[in-house]
Amino acid sequence: MSSSNLLSITTFIYGAAAFFYIANLVFKKPFIGRLGTWTALLGVAGNIAGIIMRWVESYRLGIGHAPLSNMYESLVFFAGTIIIIYLVVERQYKNRIMGAFATPIAFLAMAYASMSPNINDRIQPLVPALKSNWLIAHVITCFLGYAAFAVAFGMSLMYLFRQRDIEGKSSLLARFPKSQILDELNHQMVMFGFLFLSIGIITGAVWANSAWGSYWSWDPKETWSLITWFIYATLLHARMVRGWHGKRIAYLSIIGFMAVLFTYFGVNLLPGLHSYGSV
Amino acid sequence: MSVKLTVMLLLSIAATSILGTIIPQNEDPAAYFRAYGEFVYRLFDVLGIFDMYHSWWFQFLLLLLTINIVICSIDRISATWKIVFVKKPSFNLSRFRNLSQKETFAGNHPPKELEKIYKPIISKYFGYTKVEPTDKGLCIFAEKWRWTRLGVYAVHLSVILLLSGGLMGSLFGFEGFVNIPEGEKVDSIRIRNTGKIHYLGFDIKCENFNISFYDNGAPKEYRSSLTIIEKEKPVIQKDIIVNDPLRYRGVNIFQSSYGKMPSDSTFKKKTPASDPSGEITLNFDNRESGASFQIKTALGKPVDLPEGFGKFVIVEYIKAAEFRGQNIGEAYKGILTPADGNPLDVLLPLHFPNFDRMRKGALVISVADQETEAFSLGERSEQRYYTGLQVTKDPGVLLVYAGFIMMIIGCYITFFMSHQRVCVEIIKGKAKSRVIVSGTANKNKMGMQQRVKKLSDKLAKL
Repeated sequence: MSSSNLLSITTFIYGAAAFFYIANLVFKKPFIGRLGTWTALLGVAGNIAGIIMRWVESYRLGIGHAPLSNMYESLVFFAGTIIIIYLVVERQYKNRIMGAFATPIAFLAMAYASMSPNINDRIQPLVPALKSNWLIAHVITCFLGYAAFAVAFGMSLMYLFRQRDIEGKSSLLARFPKSQILDELNHQMVMFGFLFLSIGIITGAVWANSAWGSYWSWDPKETWSLITWFIYATLLHARMVRGWHGKRIAYLSIIGFMAVLFTYFGVNLLPGLHSYGSV
Repeated sequence: MSVKLTVMLLLSIAATSILGTIIPQNEDPAAYFRAYGEFVYRLFDVLGIFDMYHSWWFQFLLLLLTINIVICSIDRISATWKIVFVKKPSFNLSRFRNLSQKETFAGNHPPKELEKIYKPIISKYFGYTKVEPTDKGLCIFAEKWRWTRLGVYAVHLSVILLLSGGLMGSLFGFEGFVNIPEGEKVDSIRIRNTGKIHYLGFDIKCENFNISFYDNGAPKEYRSSLTIIEKEKPVIQKDIIVNDPLRYRGVNIFQSSYGKMPSDSTFKKKTPASDPSGEITLNFDNRESGASFQIKTALGKPVDLPEGFGKFVIVEYIKAAEFRGQNIGEAYKGILTPADGNPLDVLLPLHFPNFDRMRKGALVISVADQETEAFSLGERSEQRYYTGLQVTKDPGVLLVYAGFIMMIIGCYITFFMSHQRVCVEIIKGKAKSRVIVSGTANKNKMGMQQRVKKLSDKLAKL
């Protein structure tokens, strides 16, 4: 079996996990929730195995490189990271309702990677610009950041749903974690993501300086990552200095994630140095 | 000057930055004129939109941001300074007693003995401890990481370092480019955007340039052999590739692009391939069986292929074929007509015998009997390349890198470390003592509650 096949199967496993988590939310059966956790764990195992296999396969083809070099590979890594971060949060806070908001994002990323006709899942040799040890550090840190922001986005949505029913009339929403906890989790995830986005931008800058001779050249991807950084910096200041909580922070977190998505996908429509991320 | 203003500035820099990602920067004025028409062109030109990140108003926003960060930080740091640098931290018992969440359990010994048991444990987790008698028994205070309150200033200072490093680079550094034909040397470069000539004070000589390709035709490596010559003497020789530049006297030389010299009659050599009447030998390899066979043919003369592969004919000779924007040199264009299928165009570059493998067809076709320097275009005698180098000098880089390191450390401290204080109050009882554990932190209060509970559980077991 090839890595692409395994990763396609992982897509379905993530789909099943998302389904179980949503079913757990709707039908309130703890058994289904546990099933969701185990399915997600199985998916992560498949995801990691797929990435390792792809790495090995690239060496067999004589063009060995870490599988972090194009849109397909980054999406696969992104999906895996979201699930891992989510599972850690689930374990810490012992609440599976959040899974209904986090796992579908990973499933969508994986499904887009496997099924979109615009995305090539062939292993391609590295173009000269990408041949650097900074590649791994840059991509891993960026996507750790993106994945944390994705989870924060899920928490923000939950917060906003939960806020609509403060009196606890809806039995569905009553099973959500307390809004205080969601608010705090959102903030924690944003801090985690912000640290890694910063490291991601920095490793990218150091790499650019060693490859092209300038650490910052305002190409669209760089600029958009900075815009994203500014939005989350605003969120953190609003909270830490002005004491913003709840709804306003949730909205900022959602706007931030939209900027993340544009940095990730939208920028490929614009011209710039990062165009190899598009194939 | 307030946090509000800083946030407004952050957001307006973010919003205006979008403009430069939508409108391509530093293009040819004529192209802008065509794209936007006269009025918009003039308007954008006056506003510096075509090089907006270096325009006066954008730089002004950055300057305002810097001033704001400095002022806000100075404004707040004096208060923080007084908290952080105290000789003996003082604790306010009533503050801990007023906390809503406290852990309580019964201790089996009188307060004095419990103090002896608890103190080493607490000091292991929190470092600084202090015992004070109270009206009902005694109290063990402890705290750690007071200094982390300064973390946020490290982050702000890092931003200042980045911006001043950037300013220093733009004042005292340069960013330019130069094209050097193989075998020649230059003593100056052109500055990017302004086009001014800048003399380096030494010569760069390009000994030769090589480009290699993967089997699928994608470029694998660009390599320039460079020699630095100072006062007529070679001082350094190095092959540079993308991601591995040459650094000399603070000047960095990067592999950036390449190109072919305009055709020059002295370099042209009669090649047999360009002779239309000449005989061409083709190799055919069956991918599945591994069988291979050779057929002699000529331009425009169709041949039948064995093993039922249909017909093949060479229709055109191309002097400088292009593939994905890369020049791949001389090539034949042929048409393969399989026995059961539609005719296919096949490109056969003379110098890349593996090129046709990319097509992933059952049959791999290549031109035989050619000088096939499989992966080295540069050494072919009839073509001369020039290497395109990016040449930069940036004395601000060290400041910027210091800023990077400081930002990472500062963010970590600010987000994940907090000034934590605990209070273990032991109240004298008749048979047993009552122990109350409580704690506060300046950040992540929820996490602090968990730590307090953990400490309390630990002490209760003793």
